[in-house]
This record gives sequence, structure tokens and C-alpha cells, in this order.
Amino acid sequence: MGLLEVKDVGKRFGGLQALSDVNLSVQENTVHAIIGPNGAGKSTLLNCLIGKLIPDTGSVTFQGQSVLGRKPHEINQMGISRIFQTPEIFGDLTVLENVLIPCFAKRDGSFRMHAFETVEAEKDLNEKAVAMLEDVNMQDKLQMQASSLSRGDKRRLEMAMSLVQDPKLLLLDEPTAGMARADTNSTIDLLKEIKEKRDITMAIIEHDMHVVFSLAERITVLAQGTPLVEDTPDNIRDHPKVREAYLGETQQT
Amino acid sequence: MLGLNQRDTKFLLIVIALTLFTPILLQPFPADSGLAQFNAGYPDLMQRFAIFGIFAIGFNILFGLTGYLSFGHAAFLGVGSYSTVWMFKLLNYNVLPGLVLAIIVSGLFALLIGYVSLRRSGIYFSILTLAFAQMSFNLAYSVLTPITNGETGLQVYNDDPQILMGENGITTTHFFGLKMNASHIMDVGPWQFTFNFGYYFCAVIAILAFYLSLRIFRSPFGMMLRAVKSNQQRMNYTGLSSRPYTLAAFVISGMYAGLAGGLLASMDPLAGAERMQWTASGEVVLMTILGGAGTMMGPILGAGFIKYFENIFSKINDQVLHGWFAFLPDGLENALVWLLHPFVGKGWHLTLGILFMLVVVFLPGGLVELGQRIRNMFRKKPKADNDGSHKPQQTPHVAE
Ligand SMILES: Nc1ncnc2c1ncn2[C@@H]1O[C@H](COP(=O)(O)OP(=O)(O)OP(=O)(O)O)[C@@H](O)[C@H]1O
Ligand SMILES: [Mg+2]
Repeated sequence: MGLLEVKDVGKRFGGLQALSDVNLSVQENTVHAIIGPNGAGKSTLLNCLIGKLIPDTGSVTFQGQSVLGRKPHEINQMGISRIFQTPEIFGDLTVLENVLIPCFAKRDGSFRMHAFETVEAEKDLNEKAVAMLEDVNMQDKLQMQASSLSRGDKRRLEMAMSLVQDPKLLLLDEPTAGMARADTNSTIDLLKEIKEKRDITMAIIEHDMHVVFSLAERITVLAQGTPLVEDTPDNIRDHPKVREAYLGETQQT
Repeated sequence: MLGLNQRDTKFLLIVIALTLFTPILLQPFPADSGLAQFNAGYPDLMQRFAIFGIFAIGFNILFGLTGYLSFGHAAFLGVGSYSTVWMFKLLNYNVLPGLVLAIIVSGLFALLIGYVSLRRSGIYFSILTLAFAQMSFNLAYSVLTPITNGETGLQVYNDDPQILMGENGITTTHFFGLKMNASHIMDVGPWQFTFNFGYYFCAVIAILAFYLSLRIFRSPFGMMLRAVKSNQQRMNYTGLSSRPYTLAAFVISGMYAGLAGGLLASMDPLAGAERMQWTASGEVVLMTILGGAGTMMGPILGAGFIKYFENIFSKINDQVLHGWFAFLPDGLENALVWLLHPFVGKGWHLTLGILFMLVVVFLPGGLVELGQRIRNMFRKKPKADNDGSHKPQQTPHVAE
């Protein structure tokens, strides 16, 4: 059984069937890409995994435990972390604080009243956060206000916020959208390096086929809310249905 | 020092110095000069500076850090006052048991109100707190008369038990024998300074309250509260439950308000329902925004500013105005007085309202921002725009 098991998940928004009969199994220690045209339901699927949305039907289990009905912070504490399609960061806080917060969450759980220590006194966590920011090449921006970062930097910051928690499952929603080519490549390298160093499973949504084929070990193609095929990258590349439904489209643009 | 970094230690020392020398600093004009009415160094007003400073510091922990705007904080002020007066009635005039009870009761009360109100955010949260406070006000006024003495207000009567009073007990509020109304008056040339024990008692507590909030601001807990304000959703997806953080902030700020209410009753052993009215809740919002929400000094400045206005500006009447402009020709004098009349005396609210609008529009960071701008103006060197503009933008330190 996979680390993450999605069974018969369906989700409706008013008259729109955004997801129907989604079955997906993400195996431990793999990079699993989910691709599909705009509006296919990819982000909706991730929302169902992290407790942002509750699916109408079906089940989602992580390490054999159901995630449905759990609050977002509980799901994160189980070891699932997510990067959003539009970067979600703490805009008013500094870059360093943005990474410190997930460090505290990881160490202390969902709530702890540490009102009489200073943030600086937590040497270990500070070192950990700085080291993480070095990995994403942001060590010279520690004290900058996060909202003043460029879009690419915001993405890398968000990546650092997730990675610093050392999650078992990392969900990435278009991690390289809005990045320059060079940044995209360094992100690919970073993810590869992370993958080599730690036991981590990744589910990655991506439009950039260069990124998908550089990283993915399995690919699921989603179209109109339903998985079309699931296979290895080599087979997907040549799959007629996929070319028709998805790759054909991107080649035009 | 005291778990603070160098910068914050300096900051705290400045605040301590300012509070200790308040009786002198607020008395800049000789006692019988024409400007003596602008002196604010009399005990009653100085006590209010300190007490409302505490109220605003506490409010700022909730509003400044988490962004949750409570419109019902006066309820805790009132609860604090009632608790303290009850201790006077039951035990004796020592303020300590009263203050302790005020903090405990207002904390419990805040836990209840916060638990319900924090299920919503934004405007709905504000409305819920407002509703709770108005409810408390109305209850205090009518249904709860046995506890609050309704319209008359709660006060100490001769037939109250006062079980610790003893034979020749002190009949005014005191702290282990040190009377709150005891003052030492010092004449220096034409100046007159009043050193009042009640003020210093409040001031020491205010300094402790300030120190505590400084620690909270700098702590991981404070950082989490700022994260709530910045992006509460994100916080939840980061594995943190935002509700207990906001509830803790709400209870802490409620306890600050209760302490302030207890001190009000300690200076003057009276508690009335009007202390809980929505105007009182609105006042602390104004203080915090006027001074600079989310900054350390802002709420204190705001509280001082508003209390000064309330007590000094409101005393300027037409007669005083005529006095000032007596040197002008009669027609001009009358015209000027007529023009200024709506803004002084009973019209001080109008002046305050205009000032508040100006601050919100032009100085969103409040009086603290004004201070920063003035400081920057003096610091700016001619070449500043060459080297400053390309540096990455640094976040302003939350202390300022
Ligand atoms: N909260 C919502 N309420 C109503 N409709 C929604 C909601 N979220 C998504 N949808 C709709 O569901 C469909 C799937 O959206 P989703 O964001 O999952 O697509 P996607 O595959 O992530 O697309 P993209 O590649 O553009 O990010 C779209 O038609 C979208 O308009
Ligand atoms: Mg999407």
C-alpha cells in the first residue's frame, strides 16, 4: 500500500463536478507528478489532501490513517506539507521568521505558550532555519520583509518553510511557476538533492514538462476531474491519449 | 539585562526614567503663570496616564499583534473595578487582594467571551465583542444590581463587613499602610511639583506591565501572534492551531484591562457601570491606533495624548480664550474666540476627532511614525539617497 491512498474521491462545486472517481496511490520515496490542463482539478485534489476542502465522496489515507475530518494543522503534524500555487507566506514577517515558525511548529506541536523566551535564544532552531535558507540561496535576505521579495524568491521561501519541517510527504503546486529559467533549474537541483538526502515523498503538480520529466518517477494525468492514465514518464511521453488531452495543448502555447 | 537585548534594555530604561520623572516633566509651567492650566502633573491625571497606559498596552497585545479588533475591552475594565471594590467591602482598604482578584476574574471573563467571539474573525469578531460588552453593561446596570449596585455604582458603606479592618484601620485605599492619596509637594522657585504615592504605585505596575509586554513581543509566542495577523490560514497549514494563540492573547489583554480597572478603583474606591460602556471600549481602540498599533510605545503615547486632551483641553473655556486674545482689537478677539469655541471646552471631542482623522490619513503608523519621521529628518545626510535606495528593504523593528 502506498504512503498516500486516494480512493474514489469526488468533489462538486455547485454545478461543477471538479473531481470524480479519483483514485491515486503515491508510493513511499517516489516523486509522483500530477499533470493536466488548466481547470483539471489538480489544485482541488491537493486541497482535499490537506484539509482545506472536504471531498464529497471517497477516502484519503496517509500511512494507513484517514486524513478526512482532521484539521489542517493536524494533517500537517502527521507529516504532510504543502506549497501553494500562489505563494502563501507571512508577508509582514521577516524571511528568517517565516522559516522559524514552521521550525517551532515541528518541535513544539500545534500550540505552546513560550512567552518568556526570546526567539534569538532558540539557537538550534535559528541555526536550522538559516541553514535551510542557505540551501535555497536566500542567506543574504534573512532580515528582509517577506512581502517585499520577488515572486521567485517567495516561492523559494515557501519551499524552505515546507522543507525545514522535514515532511514525509511534500505536496508541491506548480513550484516553478513564475520563476526564471535559471531559478527553475536550481529548484530542480534542490528538489533532487533533497530527495537524495532524505526519506521524502513528493507529489508535484507542474505545467513545465522540463521539470516534470526531470523529477518524476510516476505520472498521473488528470483531465476534467478524473485520472486519465498513470504510468512511468517514458510511457506517458508517448501515450496517444495524453498527447491528445494535454501535451498537444501545451505544445501549441 | 532581564532577558532583554541591549536595545530593548535601553528602551525599558527610558520608559522607567520617563515614568519616574513624570511629576516634573508634566509640570513645565510655573504654578501661577498663565500657562499653568496646561500643566498635567497633578495626581489624578498622572494616575490616569499610568492606568490607561496599562489598559492600552494590554489591548495592543491583542490588536497590535494578532489584528483582532475587540470593541468590548471596557467590559474587563469594569469587571476589574467591581472585583476590587468588593474586596474593599469584604476585607479592608488594602488594594493588593482587590488587584489580584481583578486580574483573576477579568481573565476568566475574557476566557469565556474570547472562547465564543474568536470563532469568528474580522468584523464579526468585533461585533461579537461589542455585543458582549454591551450585555455586561446592561446587566451591571439592571439585573445584577445586588452585585454592582446598579445606577449608583458600587462603593464602600459603613456597614460593610470589612473583616480585616480592625479597630483603627485606614479608611482610604492603601498598600500595606502606604496611602494612595498621600502626596509630597515640593516647591522649586515658582514651580510646584506633586509626588503622589498613588501615582508611583500605578507607575511601578505600569512599568512591570510594559516589561511583560516587551517580553511577549520578543518571544516565540509573540512571533506566532504576528503570524496570525499576517496570514492565519498559512499558520494552520504550517501545523499550528491559531485558536489557542488568539485565545491566550485575548485572555492576557483582558487581564491587563482588569488590572487597569482594579487600579482605577484603587485610586478612587468606586465602580460604576458606565466604565463598561461602548464609548470606553472605543477609547482604548483610539488610544492604540492614535499612538501606533503593534508598536511598543504607541499605546502609551496614545493613552497619554487622549487623557491629556480630555483633562486639559476640556478646561479651556471662552473666558480663557478671551484672556489669551485680549491684546487684539475687540472685533478680532471676538471673532477668534467664536471660531475656536467649538474646538475647546466641551468641544474637545471635536478636536480629538479631527486629530484622529489626520493621524489615520497621514500617519497610518500613529504618533510613533511621526516620531520616526522627525528623527529621520534630522538623521538624513545629504548623500543618503545614493547609498540607501538599493539596499534590500529591512523590516522596521517592532519596538519603534
Ligand atoms: N472553491 C471553489 N469554488 C468553486 N469552484 C472552484 C473552486 N476551486 C476550484 N474551482 C473550480 O474547479 C475546477 C478545478 O480547479 P483547480 O484549481 O483544481 O484546477 P487546476 O487543475 O489546479 O488548474 P490550474 O492548472 O489552472 O491550476 C475549475 O473549474 C475551478 O474553477
Ligand atoms: Mg491549480
